[in-house]
Formats: sequence, C-alpha cells, structure tokens
Amino acid sequence: MSKHTLDAKRLLCPMPVIRTQDKIKTLVTGDILEVVCTDPGALQDVPAWCRINGHKVLETKTTEDEVFIIIEVSDVGDQE
Amino acid sequence: MSKQRKAVSLISGGLDSLLATKVILDQGIHVEGINFFTGFCVEGHTHAIRKQDKDKVKRNNALWSAEKLGVKLHIIDVIEEYKDVLLNPKHGYGQNMNPCLDCKGFMVKKAVEWIKENDFDFIITGEVIGQRPMSQRKETMPIIQRESGAGDLLLRPLCAKNLPETLPEREGWVDREKLLDFSGRTRKPQMALAEKYNFEGYATPAGGCCFLTDKNYSDKLVDMWQHRSSRDYELDDLMMLKVGRHIRPNENFKMIIGREQGENKFMEGYRKMYPYIHCTSHNGPLTLIDGTISEADAELAARIAARFGQGRDAEEVEMSINYLDGKNTIIKVKPMPKDEILEEWYV
Repeated sequence: MSKHTLDAKRLLCPMPVIRTQDKIKTLVTGDILEVVCTDPGALQDVPAWCRINGHKVLETKTTEDEVFIIIEVSDVGDQE
Repeated sequence: MSKQRKAVSLISGGLDSLLATKVILDQGIHVEGINFFTGFCVEGHTHAIRKQDKDKVKRNNALWSAEKLGVKLHIIDVIEEYKDVLLNPKHGYGQNMNPCLDCKGFMVKKAVEWIKENDFDFIITGEVIGQRPMSQRKETMPIIQRESGAGDLLLRPLCAKNLPETLPEREGWVDREKLLDFSGRTRKPQMALAEKYNFEGYATPAGGCCFLTDKNYSDKLVDMWQHRSSRDYELDDLMMLKVGRHIRPNENFKMIIGREQGENKFMEGYRKMYPYIHCTSHNGPLTLIDGTISEADAELAARIAARFGQGRDAEEVEMSINYLDGKNTIIKVKPMPKDEILEEWYV
C-alpha cells in the first residue's frame, strides 16, 4: 500500500475525473490517492465516479479554494 | 450455457442514452458506458467558475446516468483527435460550428476501437430517427454506420424497429420485439418511458451540453481562428472562450475582462500565459490580453479595462500592465466613457 497525490487544480469537469481514472489505472488495490482540485464540481463528480467503479472515498474536505478527495483503490478487476 | 454478451453504450448524460442503455440492460446484456470528452462538452463550467453560481448543485450528467443505471462509465479524453473533426468536417457544420454528423461518426468509430480492445460485442446509442440534430436523420444514420466501421454492430434501441436488423438482433443476443420504434422530434415517448422506469431528475435538454451548438460560443471560436495564423487550439483556448467579456478594439489583440470575482480568480491562473492588466488605484476586474500589444495598444486596453472597474467615473486611474517577459509598467489613464466602447468591438 502506498500513498499518492494527484494535482488536478485548475482543471474543470470532467478533467479531474479523467485524471483520477487514469491515475488509478496505474495503482494497486489498497493504495491511497489524494486528489486536489479547485473545481468544486469535483466534490460531486469524483466520488460519483468512485461509487460507479467500486473505489472507496475515505474522506472529502474543502478549503476556501481547494477540494480534497481521498480515495482507497479497491480490487475491481480490469480497470480498463 | 450461452456467452454473456457485452455492449458499450455512448452515454452523453441526456435522457435518450439513459433510456437506450436501460432497454438493453433489461435484456440481460452486460453494459458499460463510454463518454468522450472533446473539450466542448463543458456543462457546468460556468457554474464552476462564477462565484455567484458557487452554491448551485453541480453534477456531470453522464456520471449521474451511469450511477442511475448501475453501470461503469469510462470517460475518455479525445481532445487532440477531435481537432480534425472540428477543423475538417467532411459533412460540414450545422447551424453554428457544430459538426454533428462527423462528430457522431467519430464517436462511434472510437467506440468500435474500444469494443475491439475490451472484447465487447456491440455498441448502443440513444439515437432516435428523425430527431435533431442532423446526425439522426434517416439518410444520415447509415452514413454513421458505414464511416465509423461499426456496420451492423451499432444498435439504436429506441428506434431499432424502424431500422434494418443489426447483428445483435439477428444472433438473438437481444430480442427485437422488446426494442422500440420511436421517431420524430416529439419527446413524449421518451418522457413516458422515463416515467415507467421511475427516472427523475434527468438532464434536459437531452445531451445538450455541446457548446459548438451555441451561437455566442461559435462566434468567439471563429473570431479566435480569424485572428490567429493557425486554427489549431488547446483546451485552455476553449476555456477562455467561456469566461469574461470579450472585446476586440484592434485587429491584433482581444481583451478578456472578468465579469465577477469567480471569473477573476479563475483567470488569475492564466497570468503566465497572457499579458494582463489590472487597476492598482481602485478595485476592478482582471483583464487578459490575447495577442501582442504595443505601448499604444496597452494604453487603449487600460482605458477600456478601467471602464469596468470601480474607478470608471474617476478623472484618472492607475493601471498595471504586465507583459509575458515579466516587464511591468504602471500608467495613469482616464477610463474610457461607455459610449466610446463600440458595439462592434464586443465579440
């Protein structure tokens, strides 16, 4: 298990989701990914993508300018 | 035991693809969704940028549809490949800069590649014969099948009974009798089917997130191309067309003036890519300059930019001009009177 960070700042929907999706393809089950965004829509979209694709959102938090989404990569077989 | 058949559905986020996918799921087919990001399906971007919209609920409709259906969704970045579709559409544009027929053919072609790579059996779309846009006319539907290479692997569940049998129907993977015969522009059959499935809160208009169908956006895109040596573009260019007031007081440069705090904040991220102007003596918007400006241009731009700040009625305001090479100059100007900003300067 290892921790990773994805900088998706300044990207607007659906780019944060695409970057998350592509990053998770390179990770293994149990890895933790923190996605940092500035588009508040990511707070809806990235967790929705995780629910659809079987990954677990451990935590979301927001500051005035940024959104943080912490994801645990699950074993969902072929992620392609 | 028969093989579990698998279909990929082009999920736009509109009602038709939601229904088409559900119709096929109900026949026991394993369905996964695919959504292509061309750079122009920018739903929610204005909400994401503008501060006044910060409290509005934002969602990606394709993700919403997939979650409603309980299917996986693959969102694929096709920005680079899509340039050729937009710049050289074999079948031309629609009312604005929308190359709908080429666009649909491109997406189905990408889906053909995807099913080959992922060992899926066929493709479904939410197309309805006779419905807008032009890609859904009776005579254009076979063109999409032919030019995409999908042939009879492309099934349109909502209007399949009005079309020749496809491979999934002939092979008995899906029951043609349980497919539908929708046609024309009326949305009533779709709405009735949505009610039957208890689908509420779906996006309207169906799949209408493409900014190329928007006249104002298309006009800005054409203006951008007309004032550059090449029609090539990057995603950042497309984003800039969505933000701010666009004013072109001179052929060699265009001003992008933030309209509110959220836009100014968003535009701050582009200060390394564009020369920019802001007022240092009064509160005012950030202005990005698309193009190359001389000192005389900078003064003209500063006077116009000052018009949109709180110093608009002052005799003189102090403006900071920042160039890409890091050079910064402060100049004092009189804000341009409203009636001197010509209507034809607005893009």
